[in-house]
Amino acid sequence: MGAPLIGARIPRKEDYRFLTGAGQYTDDVTLPRQTYAAFVRSPHAHAKIKSVNTAKAKGAPGVLGVYTGEEIAAAKLGGLPCGWLITDVNGQPMKEPPYPVIAQGKVRHVGERVAVVVAETQEQARDAAELVQVDYEVLQAVADGRLARAKGAPQLHDIAPDNTCYVWALGDKAAVDAAFAKAAHVTKLDFVNNRLIPNAIEPRAANGSYSRADDSYTLYVSSQNPHVERLLMTAFVMGLPEHKVRVVAPDVGGGFGSKIYLYGEDVVVTWASKQLGRPVKWTADRSESYVSDAHGRDHHTIAELAMDKDGKFLAMRVKTTANVGAYLSTFASCIPTILYATLLAGQYTTPVIHAEVTAVFTNTAPVDAYRGAGRPEATYVVERLVETAAREMKMDPAEIRRKNFIRSFPYQTPVALLYDTGNYDATMDAAQKLADVAGYAARKKASEAKGKLRGLGYAAYIEACGIAPSAVAGSLGARAGLYEAGEVRVHPTGTVTVFTGSHSHGQGHETTFAQVVADRLGLPVENVDIVHGDTSKILFGMGTYGSRSIAVGGTAIVKALDKIIAKGKKIAAHLLEASESDIEYANGEFKVAGTDKKKMFGEVAFAAYVPHNYPHDKLEPGLNENAFYDPSNFTFPAGTYVCEVEVDPETGVVKIERWSAVDDFGKIINPMIVEGQVHGGLAQGIGQAMTEGAKYDSHGQLVTGSFMDYCIPRADDLPSFQVDTRETPCTHNPLGVKGCGEAGAIGAPAALINAITDALGVKDIPMPATPQTVWRALQQKKAA
Amino acid sequence: MHAFNYHRPSNVNDAAALAAKSADSKLLAGGQSLVQAMKLRLAAPTDIVDLGMVKDLAGIKSDGKTVTIGAMTRHAEVTGSAEVKKAIPALAVLAGMIGDRQVRNMGTLGGSLANSDPAADYPAAVLGLGATITTTKGTHAADKFFKGLYETALRPGEIITSVSFPIPKRAGYMKFKNQASRFAIVGVFVADMGNGVRVAVTGAGPCVLRLAEMEKALGAKFAPESVAGLKVKSDGLNSDLHASAEYRAHLITVMAKRAVEAAMK
Ligand SMILES: Cc1cc2nc3c(=O)[nH]c(=O)nc-3n(C[C@H](O)[C@H](O)[C@H](O)COP(=O)(O)OP(=O)(O)OC[C@H]3O[C@@H](n4cnc5c(N)ncnc54)[C@H](O)[C@@H]3O)c2cc1C
Repeated sequence: MGAPLIGARIPRKEDYRFLTGAGQYTDDVTLPRQTYAAFVRSPHAHAKIKSVNTAKAKGAPGVLGVYTGEEIAAAKLGGLPCGWLITDVNGQPMKEPPYPVIAQGKVRHVGERVAVVVAETQEQARDAAELVQVDYEVLQAVADGRLARAKGAPQLHDIAPDNTCYVWALGDKAAVDAAFAKAAHVTKLDFVNNRLIPNAIEPRAANGSYSRADDSYTLYVSSQNPHVERLLMTAFVMGLPEHKVRVVAPDVGGGFGSKIYLYGEDVVVTWASKQLGRPVKWTADRSESYVSDAHGRDHHTIAELAMDKDGKFLAMRVKTTANVGAYLSTFASCIPTILYATLLAGQYTTPVIHAEVTAVFTNTAPVDAYRGAGRPEATYVVERLVETAAREMKMDPAEIRRKNFIRSFPYQTPVALLYDTGNYDATMDAAQKLADVAGYAARKKASEAKGKLRGLGYAAYIEACGIAPSAVAGSLGARAGLYEAGEVRVHPTGTVTVFTGSHSHGQGHETTFAQVVADRLGLPVENVDIVHGDTSKILFGMGTYGSRSIAVGGTAIVKALDKIIAKGKKIAAHLLEASESDIEYANGEFKVAGTDKKKMFGEVAFAAYVPHNYPHDKLEPGLNENAFYDPSNFTFPAGTYVCEVEVDPETGVVKIERWSAVDDFGKIINPMIVEGQVHGGLAQGIGQAMTEGAKYDSHGQLVTGSFMDYCIPRADDLPSFQVDTRETPCTHNPLGVKGCGEAGAIGAPAALINAITDALGVKDIPMPATPQTVWRALQQKKAA
Repeated sequence: MHAFNYHRPSNVNDAAALAAKSADSKLLAGGQSLVQAMKLRLAAPTDIVDLGMVKDLAGIKSDGKTVTIGAMTRHAEVTGSAEVKKAIPALAVLAGMIGDRQVRNMGTLGGSLANSDPAADYPAAVLGLGATITTTKGTHAADKFFKGLYETALRPGEIITSVSFPIPKRAGYMKFKNQASRFAIVGVFVADMGNGVRVAVTGAGPCVLRLAEMEKALGAKFAPESVAGLKVKSDGLNSDLHASAEYRAHLITVMAKRAVEAAMK
């Protein structure tokens, strides 16, 4: 065999089909006798539905069916469930208001489903949807999470007084208060972590069909986790037997978290397909996506860091209000708690930390996990505090970090996590070199000579990935396990198909996983194909999110591979007339140790399927193994980003001059794919900090409802990234991998805002720091 | 999109006749504004009269005094035209700043002017150069063409056929882009016509407008410092999520200064 495949820059196997238009997305699936659905959505943020008149729509050309909340209630379809139970500070369960698939009597956000029209064509469905007459009694709305608990605020749900879902806390409050009392210096910040709209390139889509032949359903859906979708839909909403439902998530054009969840549209098209006896397809247009996809972030936080006189961190105190939107989306409850507060130690030895999180309902689209999910919010808190503290203490921002780095592992943080390993000096040192921090002063002078302001900012982030040890997750309220499944099918001629419960929607699993398999088996990578995204093919799967695929899904595959090799050794021992314990496997060959007697992998596979000469008394024929893997801990990718900006004080335009990122993702399988993931994550993080921000007005209307107003960064908004990695292998999975999908989005916002505030010489600036925001900050500074 | 009847005439007279036949008809040029409105179901014309096959509406001619550009000339043709680059480089630069490549390959001068989007670029050049708009019913001076928000002097059924731009001594265009849409938050076109200076601003008001004070100052001395200190009043200027009236007023001064710098290069 040639060079090792782990660590090789192998071009992505999936790119040929994507780049030549041969991808097969949900909307590309058109079934015989296909029909099309269009949803009628609420134009109001908060209103009573007095009546829905569907008569005109029912009579429109091509219309096959029109369904409202009434039909859904009559059919006894359940509401959408939340997958994580948070227990509040008083030991009470969080408030879980019903989340109907089509509104029942009241709408609570713009874009909420009020009715669905199914017709012969998409245009007919949309034409008829305009004819559905809804009589609303408009109510006062509240969109801003900070106002949700105010006196007199409009109430969304009867079961959630003060619009409060829960008040939750983590950490030792008394110890934190005591440490603050003794602090030499306290740094305090009060900011909003802005709401984001995911905007996957492929909008959400679902195509449900029912077969009368065997009373079964098939749902094609743009999803990140088809098995979870099926489990939630069958067991909790529709009351269907799981074995009668197949969920296929074919090629998926991006998710970023927004396609983890079970959405009402998925349920409705599945249900309607039986009503009509025909498949029903719905594909969101971009405007619908803006108002109906789950959004991300939206925190208001007051954060404080206590230090001794030398800048050693003594304690951190964080109070956050998390806006979860109008209803609890599938994982909404755990994002601002379990995936947020547990990360507040960052890379530092801060001995005590207390976080209190209040989750509130508002008249806005539901908020759930979005690339990073809780960890970008935590990193923003920690890294903005640390950088601000350094400035206030007149210390170098890198030095204050070094002073507080965790250096002995495993390390138990005061916020529940146990870091297995890490080397934060390594990434900091490398990032400073890559960023040429030494040359910064000269560059700043050059900028000043041109009348420009220059600033430099760091973010040293940590994240918890590889979600999750099921027992830990369960003890924290998860209503599902978080293992992964994999199956390795060796074909008689020795090629391999691998079935994984992970789901690739841009991550390149078909390449990375094939590299892992081919490397372990000593086969050419072309001999291995990866299959994912179909509940009828894959034994089970928890799907892809939280940068878990390689760490959890990859490990499940490795476990199955170990079984393949173990069985192969038995077969080879028989064929070579040797003892099993003398057989070694390497480079695609089973060898008798110390001899040149060997059998190729393909020969062993062939013997397994054509078992003429075979140990039938001890072994079954065939070579197909599966495995489930439940991790023993999270993985902890970490790194340092250094960002350098130049600001035009006349206009407020910020130009990112340099971006240096050094990440420690543990072992790296395909550096090219990892770099791509880092680039994409950085782009999204930069988007959050500089261009993106969902805005609702006081009536709950989404002001940023299209690309005309919601700014996703373009290529020319971004610098040429300098990226590098350091490898501190994860200690508890066999590949030593940690995950890389979210890091960029987690670390970037703090680095960028730290750089901008440095350039402007201001303490804080709200995200997104658009030219107008930057210009205003400068005006205010001038006036002060 | 609602269903509609589609017509594709080959000359301007037929186009005018077809458009006149139905009260809810629309001319289709590059479709970069109209088709979007139709897809969003904001516009629902019964009849579409496509000008794409009307050959004599496209093309660029220069006679040394004026550059005349056909209404159906695409933005990409204007920005790439050797004649425009030679005669009015600022106009070629402006056309190259519109949208993206795809938009520039489809969008047209006539469509942009008829649409009169408050943030469109072409109106700044048309007003800044004092161009003349020729239609099937006569001509319009630029100063009388732009009436308000999405409102022009065009009467129903009137088709723009071409626009004649006087060639200035020197001119410059500076655009401060909306981050998201990349339309102009503020775009300033400055033209030294030899016998006076014209300054036109797009993006800041309901439609493109001129700035008399800046024209006077630049007429006295065509230099950046003539406008750098001139504060623009924010009263009546657009205010939105991306830019308050106050920020726009500030940007007008900055962009005007930079447009003069560009014109002097
Ligand atoms: C993504 C995107 C970005 C854009 N960015 C910019 C930008 O930065 N700056 C900018 O200025 N513009 C921008 N535009 C708009 C673009 O320039 C459009 O092309 C232009 O506004 C309309 O021209 P059109 O040829 O596409 O007209 P159409 O969309 O076909 O028509 C627009 C209107 O004009 C009418 N009309 C068309 N031709 C004539 C005629 N000859 N006589 C009378 N009426 C006519 C039509 O009936 C219609 O009402 C952008 C568009 C898009 C899609």
